[in-house]
Amino acid sequence: MNIDTSGKIPNNVDLAGDRALQRALEHWQPGFLGWWGEMGPEGSPAHEIYLRTAVSVERDGWAHFDFVRMPDYRWGIFLAPATPGRVIHFGEHKGEPAWQEVPGEYRSMLRRIIVTQGDTEPASVEQQRRLGLTCPSLYDLRNLFQVNVEEGRHLWAMVYLLHRHFGRDGREEAEALLERRSGNQDNPRLLGAFNEATPDWLSFFMFTFFTDRDGKFQLSALAESGFDPLARTTRFMLTEEAHHMFVGITGVGRILQRTAEVMAQQKTDDPARLRTLGVIDLPTMQRYLNFHFSVTLDLFGSDNSSNAATYYTTGLKGRFEEGGIDDDHQLKDRAYPVIDVEGGIIVEREVPALKALNENLRDDYIKDTVAGVERWNRVLQKAGVDFRLGVPHKAFNRRIGSFAGVRVSPEGRVVSEAEWQANVRSWLPSLEDRAFVQSLMGRVTEPGKFANWIAPPERGINGKPVDFEYVRFN
Amino acid sequence: MRESKGHHGRSAPDDAETRPLVTYDTQPEKYAHWRLTFDGPVATLILNIDEDRGIRPGYKLKLNSYDLGVDIELHDALQRIRFEHPEVRSVVLTSARARIFCSGANIFMLGLSSHAWKVNFCKFTNETRNGMEDASAHSGLRFIAACNGTTAGGGYELALACDEIVLIDDRASAVSLPEVPLLGVLPGTGGLTRITDKRRVRRDLADIFCTTAEGVRGARAKEWRLVDEVVKPQQFAAHIRQRALELAAASDRPQAAKGIALTPLARRIDAAGYHYDCVDVVIDREARQATITVSAPREAPPQSLAEITALGADWWPLKMARELDDAILMLRTNDLEIGVWLLKTRGSAAAVRAADASLAEHSADWFVREVTGMLRRTLARLDVSSRSLVALIEPHSCFAGTLLELALAADRCYMLLGPVGEPGTVARISLSEMNFGAYPLVNRLSRIEARFCGEAGAIALARGAVGRMLDAGEALRLGLITAAPDELDWDGEIRVMLEERASLSPDALTGMEANLRFAGAETMESRIFGRLSTWQNWIFIRPNAVGDTGALKLYGSGNKARFNWERV
Repeated sequence: MNIDTSGKIPNNVDLAGDRALQRALEHWQPGFLGWWGEMGPEGSPAHEIYLRTAVSVERDGWAHFDFVRMPDYRWGIFLAPATPGRVIHFGEHKGEPAWQEVPGEYRSMLRRIIVTQGDTEPASVEQQRRLGLTCPSLYDLRNLFQVNVEEGRHLWAMVYLLHRHFGRDGREEAEALLERRSGNQDNPRLLGAFNEATPDWLSFFMFTFFTDRDGKFQLSALAESGFDPLARTTRFMLTEEAHHMFVGITGVGRILQRTAEVMAQQKTDDPARLRTLGVIDLPTMQRYLNFHFSVTLDLFGSDNSSNAATYYTTGLKGRFEEGGIDDDHQLKDRAYPVIDVEGGIIVEREVPALKALNENLRDDYIKDTVAGVERWNRVLQKAGVDFRLGVPHKAFNRRIGSFAGVRVSPEGRVVSEAEWQANVRSWLPSLEDRAFVQSLMGRVTEPGKFANWIAPPERGINGKPVDFEYVRFN
Repeated sequence: MRESKGHHGRSAPDDAETRPLVTYDTQPEKYAHWRLTFDGPVATLILNIDEDRGIRPGYKLKLNSYDLGVDIELHDALQRIRFEHPEVRSVVLTSARARIFCSGANIFMLGLSSHAWKVNFCKFTNETRNGMEDASAHSGLRFIAACNGTTAGGGYELALACDEIVLIDDRASAVSLPEVPLLGVLPGTGGLTRITDKRRVRRDLADIFCTTAEGVRGARAKEWRLVDEVVKPQQFAAHIRQRALELAAASDRPQAAKGIALTPLARRIDAAGYHYDCVDVVIDREARQATITVSAPREAPPQSLAEITALGADWWPLKMARELDDAILMLRTNDLEIGVWLLKTRGSAAAVRAADASLAEHSADWFVREVTGMLRRTLARLDVSSRSLVALIEPHSCFAGTLLELALAADRCYMLLGPVGEPGTVARISLSEMNFGAYPLVNRLSRIEARFCGEAGAIALARGAVGRMLDAGEALRLGLITAAPDELDWDGEIRVMLEERASLSPDALTGMEANLRFAGAETMESRIFGRLSTWQNWIFIRPNAVGDTGALKLYGSGNKARFNWERV
């Protein structure tokens, strides 16, 4: 098969002049399309969707809108423009020119970083593949598909790095990215959170708010990398990741707004009553929040990590906004506070900053998340509702790090197993909660109509009205 | 820019930038420590070490104790006997000193030397002693150690490499391995291994022997099999003469053949590396790698024995082997940080195959047999070199038969897949019968057998491919190469692989490579090298040997060693 490099795969990596890359893609692209057909959004191939496509990295090029069938989507390969004379600005190699080719010494570490990041991209498409069948509106359906194709493009971005820089090993890893399956016990995706189901739209919005935000922080840390192609690739991916988080923050916000409206109309805050009225009560929202927040915190890895230290010291992965931090960018003698449990209470202690880089990034993430949750609380406040959402303690419901196996309440109190069991239904979504949310999932496809449990958005996409026909079923 | 001295030796301060290169080529007229005499079928090597002519400054070679320079002469003398004196059938090693044969490696030299120097020195002395046994097994040369006095440590290990050990029975002279009780280290030249594996000394007796500093003499030495005979001073010379002639009688070396002169190597040394006629070494100091390129004969080599003999040292198989051997020794001694050797070949595979055909056709001839032995020992030297060996097989290379052994000796072997450059030119390799037994490793397996861990099916498939030109696909299927990147992948794969290799711990790589290279059962030789690279290297750097109160450090100072008594 010949690759139509100019039109079909928009790129700024001179694909037309790179035979090795063309050859790799000739094998991989059919595999990707096969994977998309099998594991991409269910029942969607014929839909024409008003999608954004990146056709260049210029100001007007990365957001080109048009109707397109997803199998015909032009997944492209883009690196943010190069910074001339860029140097590595942290770790042992600080001050050396950034690497344009993979340093052999770090080949396997870099490959692992890229494969781990790359694996999350198709995984989320797999997790979300049935959501289209229960969309609350055409607007939301279009946003789901936009997220899906961009996760697909992010897969392309990581595969580009594997193909361009890792030879045969890279090609094999790229194939394997298409072979693993989210939630498949025998052939799972690499990270735990990416094997969890995304069974309903509340989960989807929570996922795009919390878990895609993890993506933002991981990509930001990689955008600092001394391996310049990785830094440039991830910088461009971040522009797209912002949209995913927009879907999450507005999606949850619109659910809150709708619930608050009904609470005000009916003058009730009784969850049971609100459920009979077909909206999602606020305690349930808090429990979903608790779940997605805590599961996502685990994605940052262990709080005491020699891998993270090695990635930093070798210049492969920096901290969030590394350049703006005022320190020596080597961290050899620095300390960083982490929390631990000692004698039944949570205590803080100082550990070498290098080994606490996961915790550092997790703390940056939490700050960002808290700001987002405050935006939701403003929705409630505006609607005159007293209830406030909050993020649970970072030790709550953790499975990775020093709090794995320790029961901690959302307020940050170490509790007994008995107390945990007695309260878990009010801390995390129960089966009944999930069944209730599931029961609301219908399918609304009339332009401008929205499911009862979610408010319409303030405005449409790319200046189009809210009742625009964002998806044409064929 | 470093410079070479015509004669081996180094005298400048211990500074890598300024010290002269160590070179291994010499000739009898230049010997400082040995005298080589010939009497019919018997050659005699007489050790008379000039204590003031150590190869490095700072110590005196007292009591016929040796250093690398002494062994470089011994190595050269053995080569001369092999090639220049086909009439020689037995070799006597003895000393010109009264009451002392040889007291082994010089302890003060060891105390002054870096660890790397000691290990390289031990490796070379081991190879030379293995070479004596190789000559006994393959060349019809028998060796007698005429121990006319104290035979201690490395001196006894030199005797152990001979076929027969005769000790003078003067009530004083003993054989000994005093390394453990005196120095807190182990014999470094195969002594511990040879007393059991070769001499078959019982292990409890060997235990006593190796912990008794003064050693064992007289009848007990014979009774314990440490020597073959003990002889009174009056009869000693006659006994040696008689045994030398008896051993000579059983040899198949030719009676009237003319020797082949080992002419000086054509070697040029410059900043880029070492350059010979058929071997070229280019060193990339920044990448810490050397590219060793072996060239095929420029024209088809002669087929008749007369022409081959007339060419002598210029016959390609011998010339190439001598140059490669010298290059290996130069790199091992002078370029410690060059951790990866890239092995390449260049030229006509047909010419290499023609040379192989001659080696096989004339294998009964003494000279051709010696050349095969030279190739065997050179390749074995490669096997035990503590460097990562990577063969790169590209178009216009000639990894055929004997030269394919270079690829088989490598830790990894990459072959370019598919066409490049001129249409139809692809990289190919080929096997010859020489790959199936002519060049065993120190574990006595051919490299093919060792590669496939003795698996008969894989070996048979390889044998079935003898004579066929194999492209990368076929070579990969037969398991003869590691990987076959195509032209799109080649540069990147090779670059990244080499950078990755260069970043790994040199010590761990040395240990790992030595482990993986010698699959299968142990032999005496493999045990010698194995112990050298594990026990000896470890003991040699432990504080109990080289710490401020270590035994090796304090030897000769009058102070008693203080040990850390923990067993490890």
